[in-house]
Amino acid sequence: MWRGFPLFPEAASTIASGVDTIYLFLVALSLLLSAGIFLAIFYFAVRFRRRHPGEVPAPVHGSLPLELFWSFTPFVIMMIVFGWGTSLYFRNYNPPAGAMEIFVVGKQWMWKIQHPEGQREINELHVPVGQPVKLTLATEDVIHSFYVPAFRVKMDAIPGRYTSLWFHATRPGRYHLFCAEYCGNQHSKMGGTVHVLEQPEYEAWISGAARGRSMAESGEELFQRLGCFTCHRADMPGRGPVLEGVFGNPVTLQDGRRVIADEAYLRESILNPGVKIVAGYRTRMPTFQGQINEEQLMQIIAYIKSLPPKGRLDTEP
Amino acid sequence: MTRTNYLNVQYGVRSWLLTTDHKRIALLYLAAITLFFFIGGAFAVMVRLELVTPQGDLVEAETYNKMFTMHGVMMVFFFLIPSTPAVLGNFLLPMMIGARDLAFPRINLLSWYVFVVGGVIGLGAAISGGVDTGWTFYAPYSSTYTNTAVITTALGVFFAGFSSILTGFNFIVTIHKMRAPGLTWFRLPLFVWAHYATSVIQVLGTPVIAITIILLAMERVMRVGIFDPKIGGDPVLFQHLFWFYSHPAVYIMVLPAMGIVSELVTCFSRKKIYGYSFIAMSSVAIAVLGFLVWAHHMFVAGMSLYASMVFSVLSFLVAIPSAIKVFNWTATLYRGSIVYQTPMLYAFGFIGLFTIGGLTGLFLATLAVDVHVHDTYFVVAHFHYIMVGGSVMAYMGGIHYWWPKISGRLYPEGWARFSALVLFVGFNLTFFPQFLLGYLGMPRRYHSYPEEFQVLNVMSSAGASILGVGYLVPMVYLVWSMRYGKPAPANPWSAKGLEWNTPSPPPTFNFDQTPVVTEDAYVYQKADEEVPVG
Repeated sequence: MWRGFPLFPEAASTIASGVDTIYLFLVALSLLLSAGIFLAIFYFAVRFRRRHPGEVPAPVHGSLPLELFWSFTPFVIMMIVFGWGTSLYFRNYNPPAGAMEIFVVGKQWMWKIQHPEGQREINELHVPVGQPVKLTLATEDVIHSFYVPAFRVKMDAIPGRYTSLWFHATRPGRYHLFCAEYCGNQHSKMGGTVHVLEQPEYEAWISGAARGRSMAESGEELFQRLGCFTCHRADMPGRGPVLEGVFGNPVTLQDGRRVIADEAYLRESILNPGVKIVAGYRTRMPTFQGQINEEQLMQIIAYIKSLPPKGRLDTEP
Repeated sequence: MTRTNYLNVQYGVRSWLLTTDHKRIALLYLAAITLFFFIGGAFAVMVRLELVTPQGDLVEAETYNKMFTMHGVMMVFFFLIPSTPAVLGNFLLPMMIGARDLAFPRINLLSWYVFVVGGVIGLGAAISGGVDTGWTFYAPYSSTYTNTAVITTALGVFFAGFSSILTGFNFIVTIHKMRAPGLTWFRLPLFVWAHYATSVIQVLGTPVIAITIILLAMERVMRVGIFDPKIGGDPVLFQHLFWFYSHPAVYIMVLPAMGIVSELVTCFSRKKIYGYSFIAMSSVAIAVLGFLVWAHHMFVAGMSLYASMVFSVLSFLVAIPSAIKVFNWTATLYRGSIVYQTPMLYAFGFIGLFTIGGLTGLFLATLAVDVHVHDTYFVVAHFHYIMVGGSVMAYMGGIHYWWPKISGRLYPEGWARFSALVLFVGFNLTFFPQFLLGYLGMPRRYHSYPEEFQVLNVMSSAGASILGVGYLVPMVYLVWSMRYGKPAPANPWSAKGLEWNTPSPPPTFNFDQTPVVTEDAYVYQKADEEVPVG
């Protein structure tokens, strides 16, 4: 039971050291402040203990400067911590451009992972060291939370939307993967291992891992099978907009609004086609809610992302 | 010797169940919440026993999930929220302001019945299978996926909420309209200020949880899509609604505790409180700011950057009034005449543990750090330092301090000091290791866990058994003292405050004549001269 009795977590990402620095600063600050308060209480309690029953202490008058001092000083300290924690959070929020993408679906009670090249894993995640990795999270059922303590990252997977997190692993090794948001019966079993591999090992893994089609290829297959191609044609505007080159670009809607066709927009348009209709089209598309699961949705989106631009017939510049 | 008082004026079950005397109702509440406290405690025992070993081997995962859920539900809704206001507040508030009773004595009794109905429904849910959603009832797990007694439990909480609203509204009216002549707002004991602030939160916040429960029930029973995206809802909306009440609810638990501590610190250092108006106004500031920080529970739930930033800065700000209180209590000790009676030991315990709880709250308000520690044992440790180390310590201190007034008997001081010490040691041993576990990354609500977390978990469970002893001993000697304790004088602590100017136990209508107040609260420094009354 004493084997490996850690008091501080391993740090294996670029984010970890920054988080640990603030944490240790806060620990030091807390020790300092509580020591000050505890010593003052202890000293007063001993120094001013009642020496005889009828003792009446001299009145002490309040002091406005003192009150202002101990209101304003914590304020300044807190604003410093706030600024520090927030700026680090802002820096940690958006993934760097060119991050490698991996897709994660939470499901009672497992993490299902797809790599763009097609490898799939359950409760295991293999990533290379020294390269930023962006995870797109979805869930088939309830809220889950993807948590890798060694990376100091955590993000909820929320039904009905995509969330994302990213990390840049710095040390090869095996690290805990947990579900941090209570999700029912086997919540504490919904986890596994993140394997951070050196580049050559990672390449060996990725070529050795059972590979079917890439996500985009699987998406294309679904695109055919579900009949999407009958309206979304590549060569000419059909009953639906041309999807070639649409990803990441602005789309003008019926009501004049412009939205960026990102993963969230594509997801919504597949599950709930009537909500944001592209200008010039009518709602003829049926909902695919309940017909495809989150993993398949991610494949279709990967396919749409992979389509090369072929003119912008309906996505004005 | 046998003066007529509120206890001996009438006997028989009927005289208790139909009473409108705020003091008797306080005792009805005391009995009810003590029962819920020990039931909630029994669930905690199961949780800590399971966590002694890393494998989930004592009970099934499903059972474990129900244990921590019902521990949370019982403790939060049926013990902590009513604890200080409904027991000590009910008993003392009218006496502290020189009134004969609360403004609406019958509504006060009604609130107890509503509470008991809620408690019985909640207990019924626990017995008939229990609920496994966590006390936070997050959707869509609670609304769609679990097949446990969500609706019944939530209904119990719904009733308890109405009892809380009734109490809060009764207190507000009482404080506004029934103060004795001369008792201006800034002469009020800080206990009363704290309860005023608490009552405002109860009245404004509790309806939101009631609405949330109704929406949850509509989705679960009628499949109206509100929170589950598969039928058109939004699960994050549930979290906003839930925390809009449940964060201020933390202040419902801690503000009255702060009120108790203000009373204890002055009495046992025989000093006027330092910075009266700053302590009073900081209660109000907490009540206001406490409504604006709810989304700090949701920093990793996909909120926008800027929303997170705003809730982070507000969460830092809400810590300032609490810090002001701690500094003023400490300053009150300066050049005082300090004795270490049991209530004062609890007050010291409160200040120490609340300080640690508050400082670790800053970690959680810091966005970059919260991402790591959110939903880990760090959070569990933090809120137990606030709610148990803070609220329950103060509640225990208050029970001891006013016990002579409530029961007319003195409790055994030696035993009381001993158990206060046991509680303090047991508490820290239970919850301090959880801070370390949290930063190491152990998620909360885990039935089984990786082996390397075992040592700290064993320490925590060992502490919990000490903590259990610390709660059982007072239970025994307080009950014992009701019959065998030495009779208490009217004012055993030489305390100031109108409640001490009436016999122990007080007569039904508290005062023979309405007192007239001519000076500030806590005028300890004019020797043992009586507060001019009458």
